[in-house]
Amino acid sequence: MQAQTRAHPFMPNSTAELKQELLAVLGIDSVDELFAQIPLEHRLRHPLDLPETMSSEVDLSRHMRGILGKNTSCQRALSFLGGGCWQHHVPAVCDEIAQRSEFLTPVWGTVASDLGRNQAWFEFTSQLGELLSLELVALPVYSWGCAAGNAIRMAARMTGRSKVLLPRYLCPERRAVINSYCEPPEMHSHISIVDIDVDAESGLLNLESLDRSLGDDVAAVYFENPSYLGQIESKAREISAMARRHGAETIVGVDPVSLGILEPPGEYGADIVVGSIQPLGIHMNCGGGLGGFIASRDEQRYAHEYPALMISITETPQGDYAFSMVLMHQCSYGSREKAKDWTGNSTYLWAIVCAVYMALLGPRGFRELGELIIQRAHYCAHLLGKIDGVRVLQRSGFFKEFVVNFDSTGKQVHDINRALLKHGIFGGLDLSRHFPELGQSALFCVTEMHNEQDLMLLAEKLREVCSS
Amino acid sequence: MTTRLRRYHAAVWDEPVIFEMGVAGRRGCHFPLAGPEVHKTVGDAKDLVPSAMRRRSAAALPEMSEPDVLRHYLHLSQETLGMMGISLFGTCTMKYNPRLTEALAAGDSVADLHPNQDPETLQGALEIIYAFDNLLRELSGMDRFTFQPAGGADAAYTHACVTRAYHAAKGELGQRDQIITSIQSHPCNPATAAAAGFEVVTLMLEDNGYPSIDALKSAVSGRTAALMINNPDDMGIYNPEIMEWVKIVHDAGGLCFYDHANFNGVMGKIRARELGFDACMFMLHKTFGVAKGGGGPAVGAYGCTKELEEFLPGPLVDRKGDSFILSDSSGNSVGRVREYLGNVQQVIKAYAWTRAMGSDGINEASDISVLMNNYMEKELLKIRGVTRSHPGIKGWRMEMTRYSLGQLYEDTGVTVSDVANRMVDFGVDAPWLSHEPWLVPEPFTPETGEMWSKEDVDYWIAVLKQVSDEAYSDPKKVKTAPHNHPIGRLGPESLDEPDRWAMTWRAYLRKKAARATGSVDNR
Repeated sequence: MQAQTRAHPFMPNSTAELKQELLAVLGIDSVDELFAQIPLEHRLRHPLDLPETMSSEVDLSRHMRGILGKNTSCQRALSFLGGGCWQHHVPAVCDEIAQRSEFLTPVWGTVASDLGRNQAWFEFTSQLGELLSLELVALPVYSWGCAAGNAIRMAARMTGRSKVLLPRYLCPERRAVINSYCEPPEMHSHISIVDIDVDAESGLLNLESLDRSLGDDVAAVYFENPSYLGQIESKAREISAMARRHGAETIVGVDPVSLGILEPPGEYGADIVVGSIQPLGIHMNCGGGLGGFIASRDEQRYAHEYPALMISITETPQGDYAFSMVLMHQCSYGSREKAKDWTGNSTYLWAIVCAVYMALLGPRGFRELGELIIQRAHYCAHLLGKIDGVRVLQRSGFFKEFVVNFDSTGKQVHDINRALLKHGIFGGLDLSRHFPELGQSALFCVTEMHNEQDLMLLAEKLREVCSS
Repeated sequence: MTTRLRRYHAAVWDEPVIFEMGVAGRRGCHFPLAGPEVHKTVGDAKDLVPSAMRRRSAAALPEMSEPDVLRHYLHLSQETLGMMGISLFGTCTMKYNPRLTEALAAGDSVADLHPNQDPETLQGALEIIYAFDNLLRELSGMDRFTFQPAGGADAAYTHACVTRAYHAAKGELGQRDQIITSIQSHPCNPATAAAAGFEVVTLMLEDNGYPSIDALKSAVSGRTAALMINNPDDMGIYNPEIMEWVKIVHDAGGLCFYDHANFNGVMGKIRARELGFDACMFMLHKTFGVAKGGGGPAVGAYGCTKELEEFLPGPLVDRKGDSFILSDSSGNSVGRVREYLGNVQQVIKAYAWTRAMGSDGINEASDISVLMNNYMEKELLKIRGVTRSHPGIKGWRMEMTRYSLGQLYEDTGVTVSDVANRMVDFGVDAPWLSHEPWLVPEPFTPETGEMWSKEDVDYWIAVLKQVSDEAYSDPKKVKTAPHNHPIGRLGPESLDEPDRWAMTWRAYLRKKAARATGSVDNR
């Protein structure tokens, strides 16, 4: 059989007879006639020249597996990378639901035909609301960085002010996204960013520095809890109160898996809360597992500034639960350039997976997970702190990430990590490029994925590497 | 044509909201407990949390067993019609999502990669990103792509950011503060331009279906930063003057961005670069076979010419000898529009789809998309009450046609929304209507693409014919639809009221209690 005459497996109408039949219905001889709208001088200057076609799944599968086999995954290696994407356990039930065709493939239907999907979305916002202790949670946006950018812009619109205060140490990836959302100084809606010092000893926000920068021109104070460098911000209430005294909004970025043991931000004065949904049952996907959430109290002044889609529960006249989009007129589908920022395709499949994850864990699972992580992370810090020349910057008060300094070993993080790699270990995230004042430091992340043997292996190999 | 309408009925599970399920103490998963050595060394978890930050009461989440959680969400999946039926959702290009690529992406060599791994351990992912960039260069004529934008709208935003950086580098950003678009462009174009700080100039359509050259000429000036435009538009009309448009904007000093949301009908037929554009965007979750997931994770692949490459967000993938490296160097880069490399797993799926199609397959897919649309148009226009937008424009449309049920509404009082709600009773998901603002009354916009068989399309046509017949003979039946779904329609009260909306279960419980006691609490 000639390749050109075979119908393509993805295209049911690609049999020659069927195409002929359709052309006959239209009364034309060739499909080219249908493209008459496109002037000839607009057409391709040379025909498409893509590599050889692999329409057989057997060839394509082999080709793809050959390339993907060159990756080393965090399942095969022992990884201590975090920073803006974290390896947590993904329950098999999450994977099963993520791959259900009904959720995987659709776009939009009606309130009735999408009932199940809309309910799953509502169960995402509702369960997250319980973790955060907040009543208004929107459908997710692209990422934590984007959520933070959106939240800062919400605060600027609400207050009519154009300055935001950020902690000196912030994930460089998130910080760069926030920079984009705050616009360059040439733009009339530019938001200026002021860094707040972080206390070197405690790793917490320096309240004197915050006090100096706070004024009646500040739209929002943004901080994270735990901070980028891992510390639990114990002065969160004081920070929120200081912001409120100046009429500024308090925006807090949180790690949702910490909330089984950490105070929910809704309880310590956060006005808008953002964070990543990736730890809630989403694989890292090389960064493709990110998603961000935005939440607040259920007050009109907040609700009317959300750029994201929002879904509400209601009842039909027959008394059935139904779930419907609300406040669509303020998003870009409803208002074009007058909208609150913009929306579009986002990370809605992940919202369903997160709902499954939160339901599986329940209140006891979240507490158990948080307790395990904080204990193992501190145990790891303890083991690493015993190695000659290795210094753990803050020996307690963190959740799952902590900073390890290698200055006294005389070695660079880059070389240490290259050496660890030979032992199948991905060492901590190198902080030296973005934060040279921290010296040769790395951010280590410990989660439920690491058992005691893993942590002892890391300490053993690190001791070898540092003393070689 | 005789097409039998199926006896469809959606699954009805009367599934409770998850907060109404479960029993105290039930568990859906366990985690290991810290061992004695760990406990001896670090003590109780509680004491590791600063006292001011300890959670005082457990989150009020449901307490369910693992099988109960699984079955709850399986039931909800069954109460979602989507592509289990036939979905000809226009502008979104409903396609087959090959399950091979889903299986590959679910494997640990894609799913369990961290973006900050040593590039030596990411060679497979980087190789595919590099190779797919090259495939898109061939399809568009552009010189370089980034996959960081997490959707089509995010790619439009990327263009607005690149536009800022380009004019800033020339010292002209303060002066060039306007972006031009048309009323038929997707709302994300004006919205992202405004969110990036630009003033938006919107051109209206002439009788021929696109704005006039004169309108464009009077819109451009020394303030013009860029043009953001789609072509063909959602009505299936291709603007034959687009090369002149690009020249006019270039002469004024602006950049030209091609929103290729509607690429499916012109794949292999035109290249954005050859039309003169500086940048373009492809949606991998639409045109390139990646699953939509009900709205992401998605990728707006943004490509540009050599001249704009230095402004792209990083990191980009380069080849060095036999290996692939990440480069994140240019001082003029816009930085990031989203963290890391974007939705990498979707890039991998799109690469596989493109290799499975090849040059011939992609050409055939655009042929079939346009062929099927015009076949469907011929049949749909035979249905009573259906007209097409701009009826005066003769000739074939591209891969989509916008229709109007204005006549049906005038004759019967049945709206396009009523019709959509009735169509779902036959296992056909609701069609896309139109972006705001509606330029024709009671609009709807189906798109066949290359995935739906002639039988599927005939079925869809037969359903619309049935609903039209019902509108004329028994309008009440249509206006009270759906009848074959677990729930009917919402009541007339708007949910856009603070005492009615409830975006979480806890808000719902509070407001319900307030209504019961007659206390209104409009915070």
